Amino acid sequence: MENEKNHIIPYRTFLYVLALLITLTLTSVAITRIYLGTLTVMLALLIAAFKSSFVLRIFMHLKFEKRMFSFALIAVVLILCVVILITFLDYLYR
Amino acid sequence: MNTQPGIIEPSFLEHKGKYKGLFSWIFSTDHKRIALLYLFSILSFFAVGATLGLLMKFELIAPGRTIMSAQAYNAFFTLHGIVMIFAVVIPGLPAVFGNFLLPIMIGAKDVAFPRINLLSWYLYVTGVSLVLVSQFAGQGPPDTGWTFYAPYSFRTTGNMLPAVFGAFVLGFSSILTGLNFLVTMHRMRAPGMTWLKMPLFPWTLYATGWVQLLATPIIGITLLMIVAERTLHIGFFDPTLGGDPLLYQHLFWTYSHPAVYIMILPAMGAISEIITTFSHKTIFGYKFMVVSALAIAFVGYFVWGHHMFTSGMSGTALYTFSLLTFLVAIPSAVKVFNWISTMHEGSLDLQTPFYWAIAFIFVFMIGGFSGLILGSLAANVHLHNTHFVVAHFHFIVFGGTGFAFFGAMHYWYPKITGRMYDTRWANIGLILFFIGFITLYGPMFYLGFKGMPRRYYDYDEVFHAGNIISSMGSWVLYSGLAIIVINLFASLRNGLLAPADPWGGKTLEWTIPSPPPVENFDEIPVITKGPYDYK
Amino acid sequence: MNMTPEIHRDDLTSKTGMWFFLFTEMLLFGGLFIVYSIYRFRNPVAFHLAAHELSIPIGTINTIILLISSTTIAMSITAIQKKAKKLALLLIGITILLGLAFLVNKYFEWGKHLKENIYPGSPVLALRGQGDVLFYGLYFFMTGLHALHIIVGLIFICVITSMIYRDKINYDNFVLLENSGLYWHLVDLIWIFLFPLFYLIT
Repeated sequence: MENEKNHIIPYRTFLYVLALLITLTLTSVAITRIYLGTLTVMLALLIAAFKSSFVLRIFMHLKFEKRMFSFALIAVVLILCVVILITFLDYLYR
Repeated sequence: MNTQPGIIEPSFLEHKGKYKGLFSWIFSTDHKRIALLYLFSILSFFAVGATLGLLMKFELIAPGRTIMSAQAYNAFFTLHGIVMIFAVVIPGLPAVFGNFLLPIMIGAKDVAFPRINLLSWYLYVTGVSLVLVSQFAGQGPPDTGWTFYAPYSFRTTGNMLPAVFGAFVLGFSSILTGLNFLVTMHRMRAPGMTWLKMPLFPWTLYATGWVQLLATPIIGITLLMIVAERTLHIGFFDPTLGGDPLLYQHLFWTYSHPAVYIMILPAMGAISEIITTFSHKTIFGYKFMVVSALAIAFVGYFVWGHHMFTSGMSGTALYTFSLLTFLVAIPSAVKVFNWISTMHEGSLDLQTPFYWAIAFIFVFMIGGFSGLILGSLAANVHLHNTHFVVAHFHFIVFGGTGFAFFGAMHYWYPKITGRMYDTRWANIGLILFFIGFITLYGPMFYLGFKGMPRRYYDYDEVFHAGNIISSMGSWVLYSGLAIIVINLFASLRNGLLAPADPWGGKTLEWTIPSPPPVENFDEIPVITKGPYDYK
Repeated sequence: MNMTPEIHRDDLTSKTGMWFFLFTEMLLFGGLFIVYSIYRFRNPVAFHLAAHELSIPIGTINTIILLISSTTIAMSITAIQKKAKKLALLLIGITILLGLAFLVNKYFEWGKHLKENIYPGSPVLALRGQGDVLFYGLYFFMTGLHALHIIVGLIFICVITSMIYRDKINYDNFVLLENSGLYWHLVDLIWIFLFPLFYLIT
């Protein structure tokens, strides 16, 4: 988008996102104090993923870039996940 | 359109820039000069690797010691593998022909990041130098094989660190090349050249670029872990510390399998270019060729375990990898079918590059079929780590990428050098090379099937005859190679001057002078037609 | 449709190159996440217990430090776009200071372990059992590689600071600032995952 340069994100937006991120961080710390078994870690990772989505979309500007970038990012993450999954097909069933 | 040979502008070879002499080459950011820098380096290291191979075959001509000790043989096949894989075939077609042709074929003046392009060549030279250092410094050359399997790779006294680090640097060079090409194709196609009007060689470079970008970091980190094992005893792959050596294999092959697609995809692209031009016919099934290239790259990420069938993986992993391996063969088969269909009812011009292309299809199919045999779990138990595997990968990598490289060399020789090569000597070289190739690698299928292990310095007398034939094949191959290379060098001086379009090709490189001027195009062309607009 | 205007500078190309480079970094750390997930799966109890020995307060503080530093560098781009050069320099300066603070914390964290003779290859660690060896091996390797990336990121940002100061980066030409921001955010992202995986699996 050639009018990229004209798109300015207000300072406030960044500060709101920061507040959200800090809240989520403290939440994930608090959650791990509660014993939920394997669910605890799952939840902490989910929160991490949720935090990441804000860093990616707002701080790294993905929300306002061409869709190709988001597409590529999702594909990269997917490939990594499938590789981990297939590797586990070995370790889970040995 | 530029159709006059170099009268108006000096060619890129004659161009006078900021630097003089050697410096005008090693400081150049012109993609064409960088391509030739790569060509020079890669041919030199290919000569090293080929000589190692020749000596290995000489050792194997008889059982027992022939010309070297067992330890030396281990060092030889290690270096042969490292040089051929990391320094020749992986950079190979992309670094030479991709660099030279990609910008021209999409109507651009250079790649997206010319200085990073030069950096990737510097990294290449640094990486190979480090690998060569490992031969002479320290406690002796590495003897682990190019696969550096744990735990031996962190236990051996051989000089692993420079070799491993050299491979790491080479990986970085590959990543930068891939990154450059991807961005170039995204951002610098000529006006009117939509993705689906882009020729097939760039498309395969695109698919390759994603593999270079996403797979290479995995081996990067794996090599760093080997360094950590050797220096810090960190324990990732050391069974005495809780590590799993098999995890090393998983990580290693998670890159090294996609790496073979880095080797073969650009080769397939070059073959597509050659076949369309010398059939004077557009490619059969352009969209299928594009999709199959992308499919090979994508599915290729998920088949790595077929290198590990006998290593102790779970049953689930075994049949998953076997199934995926069979699936990844399908798009390759689509390509072969489409090449043949392109030739069918085409107006064939029987030139040297076309002979290389036909030979490619022949050996690539043999290599491919033998891959399916290896991909079958039951057969693999019998064939793993035998010479059958050695035959398979030489047919498909040397046969595939190698034949395509020579085909491309002859196809684009007029464009790059401005001269025609001597056809008679080129064809004589090809015939000798081909006979040598089949004689060298064909018997290995039989030897492997009968049980001769690979990477063994010695063997049972029952394998002797096959080895004699194979070793003699290496001499014929080597002489064919010598004729081909000498012819290409001699034609630099003696060859007829080449016109802009000696073959009647339709892609953009044939519209500019031979050799091209520095910025390729006087004016960036506007594209209105598809890439293979014959008739 | 990609027209190629004959400008000597093409910001979208530059940014695309940076994003593709970030993908390689994701795969680089991705390889380590593969190793982590396998060894965590095989040694769940040992990992769980070893994680107790890491300081959650310091880890949390470090996480927040990086989050703030990401915010400040992102804000500096807004500042540059609004021609507020002094504010941009201030925000970038804070980013650098926070990055350094992260490294200082890391230094003390590692120092504590080293004092107890916990480091890759240490005999004390080997005696504690294979699960611990793997946990700490991964801990040092992954946080170490991450810290290396912080150092590289800080060097980039210092170069960028100098360029802003000399007006080489300004409201009309700031893609280099954006790119170093992207790199810094990636470093933050990696830590967002490292933190729960090492500190919060208790």
